[in-house]
Amino acid sequence: MYSFDPTEEQQMLIDAVNKFAVNDLRSAAHEAEEGRVLPKKLINKGWELGLLQASIPETYGGFGERSAVTGVLALEEMAFGDLAGTLAVTTPSLFAMPILIAGTEDQKQAYLSKIIEGEWVPFTAALIEYAFDFDPNELKTTATLEGKDYILNGEKAFVPFANEAEMILVYANLGGQTQAFILPKGAAGLTVSDEREKLMGLNALPMYRVKFDGVKVPVSNRLGGVQGMDFEQVLASMRIAAASAAVGVANAAFEYSKDYAKEREVFGVKVAQKQAIAFMLAEMRTEIEATRLLTWEAAWKIDRGREDASNDAYLAYTGAMDMVMMVTDRAVQILGGHGYIREHPVEMWMRNGRGFAAFTGLAIV
Amino acid sequence: MPIEFEAPKPITQAQFVLKTVADEMMRPKSRYFDEHEHEIPWDYIEFMHSAMKAMGGSALAPREGSNGSEESDNDKRPPIGYQLIAAQLEALSWGDVGMYHCLPGGGLGAAAVYSAGTPEQRAKFLARFNEDKPTFAAMCITEAGAGSDNSAIRTRAVLDEKTNEWIINGEKIFVTGGDKSFTEYEKLGKGFIVVWASIDPAAKRAGMRAFVVEGGTPGVKVTKLENKMGIRVSDTAAISLVDARVPFENILGSPTVETNTAGFKKAMATFDATRPLVAATGVGVARAALEFLKEKLVEKGVQIRYGLPRQKLTNIEREVIDMDVMLKSAWLMVIKAVWMADNKIPNALESSMSKVKAGDVSTKVTQKVVEILGPLGYSREFLAEKWFRDAKITDIYEGTGQINRLVVARNILGYSGKDLR
Repeated sequence: MYSFDPTEEQQMLIDAVNKFAVNDLRSAAHEAEEGRVLPKKLINKGWELGLLQASIPETYGGFGERSAVTGVLALEEMAFGDLAGTLAVTTPSLFAMPILIAGTEDQKQAYLSKIIEGEWVPFTAALIEYAFDFDPNELKTTATLEGKDYILNGEKAFVPFANEAEMILVYANLGGQTQAFILPKGAAGLTVSDEREKLMGLNALPMYRVKFDGVKVPVSNRLGGVQGMDFEQVLASMRIAAASAAVGVANAAFEYSKDYAKEREVFGVKVAQKQAIAFMLAEMRTEIEATRLLTWEAAWKIDRGREDASNDAYLAYTGAMDMVMMVTDRAVQILGGHGYIREHPVEMWMRNGRGFAAFTGLAIV
Repeated sequence: MPIEFEAPKPITQAQFVLKTVADEMMRPKSRYFDEHEHEIPWDYIEFMHSAMKAMGGSALAPREGSNGSEESDNDKRPPIGYQLIAAQLEALSWGDVGMYHCLPGGGLGAAAVYSAGTPEQRAKFLARFNEDKPTFAAMCITEAGAGSDNSAIRTRAVLDEKTNEWIINGEKIFVTGGDKSFTEYEKLGKGFIVVWASIDPAAKRAGMRAFVVEGGTPGVKVTKLENKMGIRVSDTAAISLVDARVPFENILGSPTVETNTAGFKKAMATFDATRPLVAATGVGVARAALEFLKEKLVEKGVQIRYGLPRQKLTNIEREVIDMDVMLKSAWLMVIKAVWMADNKIPNALESSMSKVKAGDVSTKVTQKVVEILGPLGYSREFLAEKWFRDAKITDIYEGTGQINRLVVARNILGYSGKDLR
C-alpha cells in the first residue's frame, strides 16, 4: 500500500521537535551564527528530545529502534529551525549510528550506551576531505594493516567538535574500500587544528581539520570488526539525512519569504499578489514536496532493506542539493534588498543551502 | 497507516498487463497513427474494450457507480481506486499518450456526471460503458473566447417551459474525443458529451451548469477536427450547438441559480480528481523517452555511474540522473495526490502541484532526450521526436502549468481569486 501519514508516535515527535526548532533553535540562530558559538544549554535541550536515544534498542541503553523514516521526519523538522544547531545536536549520531548499523556486537556494547547515557557529549566522525573532487568512495586518507594494527595517514576536514570529541569515527581508504575506524581522544599521531574551519555558512558549528600521521588503530576498532562494513548502507543513511535537512532549510526559507510577501506592500497591493512572486512561491512549494517524497521513499526503502535503497538515497540527495539552492535563492530574491541584509535569516539559509553539495557526512539517520 | 511506498498488488499487476498491451497493441501502431491523423484505431479500441470488459470494467468510467447508489460506492470502491487509475494511465501513456485517449469509456464526460450528477443521473448515463460496443463520452468546456478562464463561457441554455427541454446554443472547441463521443459510428455504442453552458449570464459563475447531450442530438454538429502538434490519433473536435434540445433532467446539479458559486466550485472540484491523472500520463510519456535514451546509451557503451559526486560526473550522466530525479518525484507527487483522493482528504493543493511538476517534467525530459540523441532524436525513424510532441499537451490541458501555479499559489497564500488574479 501507499500511505503518507506519519504514525501517531511520529507525529508527536515531529510536534516536539518543531517546538524546539522554532522556539529555541530559530530564535538563537542569528546570534549563534554571528558570534560563532552555540550555547551548550541549547544543544542539551535538543539532545533531551531523545532522537538518538529513541533509535537505539534497550539492550544498548536506548528506548526504541532505528527507523530511517522517523529519522528524516525529525531531522527535517529540526533543520527548519536552524541547520547549525541541528548538526550540533545530532553530532553524536555521526559516531553512534554507523556503529548501530554496521558495528560488531562488542562495539555496540562498548560504545552505544556510553554515548546516550547522560548529557550531550561530543562523539564525532570524520569523512570529508579537503579536495574539490572529494568522493566518499575514493578517500585519500588511507588505512593499511601492519601486524595487529591499522595505520591511518591523511587529513580530514569539516570535523564537528573535533577539539573536544571523546572519540572520532574516521573513514579511510582500505585497499580501495571505504572503511571506518574508532579512535579515542588523544591517540598518538592525531592532531586537531587550532583554528576552526572558516566557511561560507554554518559559522555556529565548530568544525576542525584533523590530521593522522601514522595513527595506530587496533583491529578490534575497525567498524564491523575483521570483515569490516558495507559502506553503501552508511552512506545512504548520510545522504537521506542531508536531503531531509535540506528540505527543512528550504521549507524555512519558503515559509519566511511567503509570510514576508504577504506583509510587504508594493504599488498598493501585497507583493504576494503579484504573479511574478506568487508563481515563484508555488514552484518553491512544489519542489520542496518533490524532494520530501523522494527522501521519504528512500528512507522507507532503507528501513525495508531494499536493494535499490542506496540508489534512491543518492537520487534524493542529488535532487535535494538543487532544490534547496533554488528555494533559498528565491527566498532571498523575494525579500529583495532586505533579503541581502543579515538581520533577516534568508541570506544565511541561502549560504547554508549551497553547502549541501559538500555536506555528505555531517548528518546521518 | 504509517508512511509506506509499497505499490499495492492490483497496481503492480495492472502495470504488468498494460506493459504487454503497450508493447503489442500501442507501440507498433504509434507511428502509423501519428502519420494518418483522423484515422480511428478500431483494432485497438475493440481489443481494449473486450479486454477491459473481461477485467470487469472500463478505465476512468467509475464502474461501481454505474448502479447509481451512493452506498455501493463506499462498499465497492477500493480505497486505491484513483491510485489504480493513475497507474493504468501512466502505463498506457508509456505506450502512447494519443492512443490512451482512444481508450473506450466515459473519460472526462463520465467523470463530470460522476462528480456533479445525482444518483439517478449516474445510473442513467454511466451504465452504457460496460455494454457490448465500445462507448465514449467527452467534456465540452473550452470556447474560442474561454480557455483556462472558463467562467467566460458564452454557450447558453434556456428552458423551454412548454416542452420542459433545455435549448442550448453555442460553439465548443478542443473537445477531446468529441467525435467518437458524439458522432454515431456503427462500431460504437451511443455516447454523450457534457456541455458547459450558462443558464443565467448575469449570475456569471453561479449560473454555469453542465448538460448531458446525447450522441446524435439534432442541432449539434462536429464542425472540425483539429490538426495537432502531437497526440494526433486522439480526435480533438469543434462542436456547434444550434437550438439543440435536451431533456430537462439532463442538467447536472441544481437547475436553479443560487446566489453563491457552490455549484460551479463543486464542478471545478472534478479537476482535483482528474489533474493528477493527467499528470500521470505526463509521467508515462516521459518515462518512455528516458528509458529509450538509456537503452540507446547502453547500446553505445555509455554507462551512467550512479553514486558518484556530481563534480565527477560527465554531462550526459548529470542529465540522465537529473531526469531520474524529476521523473521519480513527479510520480510520487501523483501517487500522493490520488492517495489523498482515495482517502477523501481534500487535495486541491497536491493535485495541482502534481500537475505543475508532471507538466514540467514531461516537457523537459522529452526535450532533453531528443537533444541528447541528436539526429537520432530528431528523426522520425524513432519515436523520441513523437513523444516530445505528445508530451507538450500534458502541460496544457486540464489546466495549463500557469493555471495550476495560480491554484497552488492561491492555496499556499490563502488567497481567493480576487486576491490573486
